[in-house]
Amino acid sequence: MDNHSNAALLTAPMEETDGSPGVEQIIRKEATMASPMAEKTSDNARLPARIWMKTIGVRYLVRIMALIVAVVLWEFASRNGFHFYINFDNIPAPSVVGTALVAELSGQEFYLHILHSLERVAIAYVLAVVVGVILGVAMGRSRWAEDIILPYIELLRPIPAVAWIPLAILMLPTEQSSIIFITFLGALFPVILNTVHGVEQTSSVLVRAARSLGASRTAILWHVVLPGAMPSIVAGLAIGMGVAWFSLLAGEIISGQYGIGYYTWNSYTLIQYPQIIIGMLTIGGLGTLCTLLVRKGCNPLLKWQAKGGRS
Amino acid sequence: MSEVLMNDNRLAVLDHSRLRAKAGKPGTDRGRISVRDVDIVFDTPTGSHIAVQNANLTVRPGEFVCLLGPSGCGKSTLMNSIAGFVPPTRGDVTVDGEAVTEPGPDRGMVFQQHSLFPWKTVKENVAFGPLMAGVGQNEANSVARTFLSLVGLAAFENAYPNTLSGGMQQRVGIARALANYPSVLLMDEPFGALDAQTRIMMQENLLEIWREFHNTVVFVTHDIDEAVFLSDRIVVMSASPGRIIADIKVDLPRPREQSLLTSPDFMALKRQCLDLIRKETLNAFQQQNKVG
Repeated sequence: MDNHSNAALLTAPMEETDGSPGVEQIIRKEATMASPMAEKTSDNARLPARIWMKTIGVRYLVRIMALIVAVVLWEFASRNGFHFYINFDNIPAPSVVGTALVAELSGQEFYLHILHSLERVAIAYVLAVVVGVILGVAMGRSRWAEDIILPYIELLRPIPAVAWIPLAILMLPTEQSSIIFITFLGALFPVILNTVHGVEQTSSVLVRAARSLGASRTAILWHVVLPGAMPSIVAGLAIGMGVAWFSLLAGEIISGQYGIGYYTWNSYTLIQYPQIIIGMLTIGGLGTLCTLLVRKGCNPLLKWQAKGGRS
Repeated sequence: MSEVLMNDNRLAVLDHSRLRAKAGKPGTDRGRISVRDVDIVFDTPTGSHIAVQNANLTVRPGEFVCLLGPSGCGKSTLMNSIAGFVPPTRGDVTVDGEAVTEPGPDRGMVFQQHSLFPWKTVKENVAFGPLMAGVGQNEANSVARTFLSLVGLAAFENAYPNTLSGGMQQRVGIARALANYPSVLLMDEPFGALDAQTRIMMQENLLEIWREFHNTVVFVTHDIDEAVFLSDRIVVMSASPGRIIADIKVDLPRPREQSLLTSPDFMALKRQCLDLIRKETLNAFQQQNKVG
């Protein structure tokens, strides 16, 4: 699904041979004879900038244009008070939101909101990843663990983050911990479920190969099960990050002072329309950015997938 | 391929004395396989299925034995019991006098396909066995390089398996299995997924490597040419239930080359196997028809 980043990764050239001409010849021969793949790889590696612009660059251009078109339509609808079932009368135009944003960005308050939210997401997310991966691996490896944990997940997963607010307040000591708990729950389920899915797909041939090479159970977990589950785990981590931001907004309803979710809710209470939109877009932007960071950060773990250039 | 087996590589192979000491000296006294009165029965939803019935087989150290038979005759199951993946329901399997209870690095396995760790480079795949045996990373890497040279893939040590062709992947698989200096090499249709040309090249490669190590090889195949070309002995199995029905000595001179494939002696052996297999396949068909 991520074709452009794959293309960028296909740059590693095959290493040169170790000197013996006989070996080299044979390898070359077989590489070309039996594997058109090797040829293709080196072609992709030398993809010229001009072609990149024509293929991948154009696609990015289209995406940016799509966003610009929406903003222009919105500006138009707001200025003219568009009202046909959907009402734009009270919706501030992008230009108004932009002006308000500049004002926010020049103050200090706005950054404090963002910092508080980032801190909460970071703590909740790290906890969710640690707990989620451990539980997921346990469930994927042991039927007992799965039978014990799965009912809880099935029951709790459909409960929306907002519904947890009363219990979070009752159960947890501080406001901060309640918000973190709600965010944590949001991120937890996708991480667990994707980890379980990945672990359960472990190739039995690879496990047998590892056993016949003398690997212990622990070694199999580290060298076979976890790397094999990694593509699925990474997908779970990315989804989890998105859901974490999503849940944070709900959690920050109970926040008394700071947080971008609090900022958004508070603006609504104070009828500050441009600020509502700023809050929404900030959450969207930060969520996207963090998800992207997770994906990029996990790329080294998956480089074996990209190298082949197989899609 | 002969250029690959250069003198310095040979020396390097002999250098890894620590690993070798663990494995003993392959090709001399280790690698005796004994299968006695073995039944292997699987429970299925429709009742129990006898995969292997009353198998008796002794393989001498350094012998190259092919298990030949139609698909579903239990030859892979029998090999898996030697590997330690499938416990025999009755009877016993021993390697060098010790009962086989679980897989181990003294019995290297080569699988049909997709058995390399895709997230490890070629070198890391081959170094895995030595690492598990407890040698240091540096020594494991040098063992891996030695064996990659042996199969002619030294230049690809940093490639990931999915960038290699099927034949190259199987060569890495062989290098990986050998890197533990196993006394027994178990190969489960390792060339079954390759095209005919590559397969013949791989068979020649394998014989050259085997000449170096001379460890015991049990090779599962349903390809008669392959069995005759490679082995000292062909053990022919019949389908449902899987039984050993013939044990054919292959007295063709070594080293063997492709020209052997058209010699009269080769043809005679091939015909012998063909007749046996044909009879068994017909029997199996008739049984299936009765059941169906």
